[in-house]
Amino acid sequence: MASQNRLTELFAHTDATGLPLQRSAPLLRVDGLSVSYGPHEVVSNIGFQLGRGKSLALIGESGSGKSTIARAVLRLLPSGGRAAGRVEFDGQEILGLPERRFRPLRGRAIGFVPQDPGNSLNPVRTIGAQAMEAAALVDEPNKAIRKALILETFAQVGLDNPQRVYDSYPHQLSGGMLQRVLIGLAVLPRPSLLVADEPTSALDVTIQKRILDLLSKLQHELEISLLLITHDLAIAAERADSLVVLKDGVVQEAGSTASVFSAPSSTYARKLHADVPALNPDRYRALRDPGFRFLGTKADKAPKIEVSGVTKTFTVDGKVLTAVNDVSFVVPAGTTHALVGESGSGKTTAIRLLLGLEQPDIGNIAVAGEQLTGRSHGSLRAVWRHLQLVYQNPFTSLDPTWKVEQLVREPLDRFKIGTREERSARVREALANVGLGEHLLSRKPEALSGGQRQRVAIARSLVLKPDVIVLDEPTSALDVSVQADIVEVLLSLQAKLGLTYVFVSHDLALVRQLAHTVSVMQRGRIVEHGTVTDIFERPREPYTRSLLESIPSGAAAIARAPHPRPQRFVNEEKIA
Amino acid sequence: MTLASASSASYVTAISRLTALRVPPVVALSFAIVALAIAWSLAPSLFTSYDPVNGVPAQKLLGPSAAHWFGTDHLGRDLYTRVVYGTASSVASALIAVVIGVVAGGLIGLLAGFFGGWVDTLFARLVDVLLAIPKFLLAVIVVTAIGFDTTNAAIATGVSAVALFARVMRSEVIKTRQATFVESSFLLGGSRWHILWRHVLPNASRSVLPLAVLQFGDSILVIASLAFLGYGDPPPASDWGLLISIGKDYLKWPWLVYAPAFVTIATVLSVNRISRWLRKTD
Repeated sequence: MASQNRLTELFAHTDATGLPLQRSAPLLRVDGLSVSYGPHEVVSNIGFQLGRGKSLALIGESGSGKSTIARAVLRLLPSGGRAAGRVEFDGQEILGLPERRFRPLRGRAIGFVPQDPGNSLNPVRTIGAQAMEAAALVDEPNKAIRKALILETFAQVGLDNPQRVYDSYPHQLSGGMLQRVLIGLAVLPRPSLLVADEPTSALDVTIQKRILDLLSKLQHELEISLLLITHDLAIAAERADSLVVLKDGVVQEAGSTASVFSAPSSTYARKLHADVPALNPDRYRALRDPGFRFLGTKADKAPKIEVSGVTKTFTVDGKVLTAVNDVSFVVPAGTTHALVGESGSGKTTAIRLLLGLEQPDIGNIAVAGEQLTGRSHGSLRAVWRHLQLVYQNPFTSLDPTWKVEQLVREPLDRFKIGTREERSARVREALANVGLGEHLLSRKPEALSGGQRQRVAIARSLVLKPDVIVLDEPTSALDVSVQADIVEVLLSLQAKLGLTYVFVSHDLALVRQLAHTVSVMQRGRIVEHGTVTDIFERPREPYTRSLLESIPSGAAAIARAPHPRPQRFVNEEKIA
Repeated sequence: MTLASASSASYVTAISRLTALRVPPVVALSFAIVALAIAWSLAPSLFTSYDPVNGVPAQKLLGPSAAHWFGTDHLGRDLYTRVVYGTASSVASALIAVVIGVVAGGLIGLLAGFFGGWVDTLFARLVDVLLAIPKFLLAVIVVTAIGFDTTNAAIATGVSAVALFARVMRSEVIKTRQATFVESSFLLGGSRWHILWRHVLPNASRSVLPLAVLQFGDSILVIASLAFLGYGDPPPASDWGLLISIGKDYLKWPWLVYAPAFVTIATVLSVNRISRWLRKTD
């Protein structure tokens, strides 16, 4: 009943915001779609429609069923998955269609852009060989013309040298280029619907922007309808005409982007809105701002971390690569310093040097007045007691054969701190600090969610009571809402314990929420350095500006909003 | 009332645990066969009332019947009893072989993979030499060198399996060593030995377990083959391979070959099926 209401609401919104139903029927119409694996229903009673040349975004965190819906539409559900309901494509019911009659549609009329471009191409064959396979879907018997078509499409998706790409192997191209290739192959047979499953989540911000621009451009030029699947509300709001917000396989809210984005009516959509860093730069102000008092005072003269003139080169296949080039920064105690930059900018190498995991060629690194350069692993052990690292990916940084309690207690055992009872007490304290209950003590990592694993990793680095924690993109593998929880945990710990953070990230919006000082890195160098306000409000370098412009802000949706922005707060108050 | 509900609850959880494990019927049957083989080897006298060594000459070479399931041999001994009493040395020697292979091979692989450098070069070449010699030939050579008896045949089989385990262990260790959690343990103050024993070994041995089970089945075959060729204990021992070897001289009474061969095949197939299932579940 409730979902029925939402459905009619969606249609009403579509009419009210003046999205015309082109030609006679919508291109894709999903009605009462449910997907179940055995007795578990993972998607229940979903309904939406997508007009020709329009775009629609399915938004939700992992496990919300958004990818399952895309797979159901493409009829690519893994064995054991059953779909019920109606999916109409171009007026034709496709769920019940025999596979023999559906196959001509998949690829030709319905294109698909996968999530991770690196895994979607065969590494031992050239791009061209794989493109020719995809081109077999085009009704063109002549091989030379098919090849010309491929090269033309490659040029169309913004690949500068199509012939070179054609002759390359996947490992010779960057992630952004591979994603362009995949988009090109998807649009090659001129589909009328393109399904893009998190097409940019594996890519850098600037590349993300270019790929999304490309998808929007193709959508308008070729009149392709776009079904975009994403966990990022800001991206969805910028790129889609209408939104469907999902949680646990149920539609929470649906409607035109302008109405959902500027006046979310469901609690979940409002929470999602509040969790997107780009939309709420001041969310953690109360927790973060006290840290600014350490800047420019005498604490600045004896900084916690001092990196000066550090250079590190690697020799790969006889070529010398300068990963970090003359990098210097200082971090006063109790503050957060952010290193931002795209992949390959040297930020990961910089923190490995900072931790003493690599030795610099030239330059000095000191943490709390202690020199780290030129020391052996054995003597660095004492430094690591006060200097800890939280890894990017909580799925690989915890030993899968250990239990949570052992994992968090490991550093205490290694450094032989306290008695047995004191250790257990500190483990419990650290877990409580990151908001994990004691019932998780005997679980193994595989029985935890991504957010819980990252909390365990943070608890493990906290249990030694270090002064400095280095965070290497600690939330990039997690959902927006989980990210918000983790950031909140980190900032309250900083406020409580006076920790110093070095925060590595490519997500500038997130950096703006939590950092005090920022260094922008490009090709191993620090191109700009300053307080968070300086960098975000008065960027000097063009590179910084281009990074800032790449942050999806949902600005397009705000511009399209039927009501002025303040209206939202009025609505919110009414509902609350 | 409470007692009844509690017991029914535990019954339900036991069932749900079994269904959660999702043991296919064939795997369940395999487990039953292996369990029976182990029971035979532990307490053979519970399964038969005949004497495995002294026969009744009047009852020689009888076909299978209710009284003699597998028939009797040329000395009037019950063949089923012979098979049951032969299990102990067949299964135990296979176990010895596997333990030698896992421990020696695993240790070589662990050290070679973890330390790399010259340690790796040294062990890897040693393993290459072992791999270059045909397995069965190597076993025959070892038995010839240390003496003809079933335990020596087991040791020989184990030695010939060392290279296999070293190879698998080494590649698993190299994979695990590069994992993020190994580096993180370093940062958390772990020494090399701590990381080797507590992080690398448990993770790397996860894929060695199914291989060990597979090797168990293989060892039964190799030891049976060695016994068949006379490299094991001499009669009146009743190793499965020896039984087949004796049976081949009485071609007019084929059950003397079929019965022990069938038992060997059933056991090895069961063990292989279990191994395949283990690999899939983990």
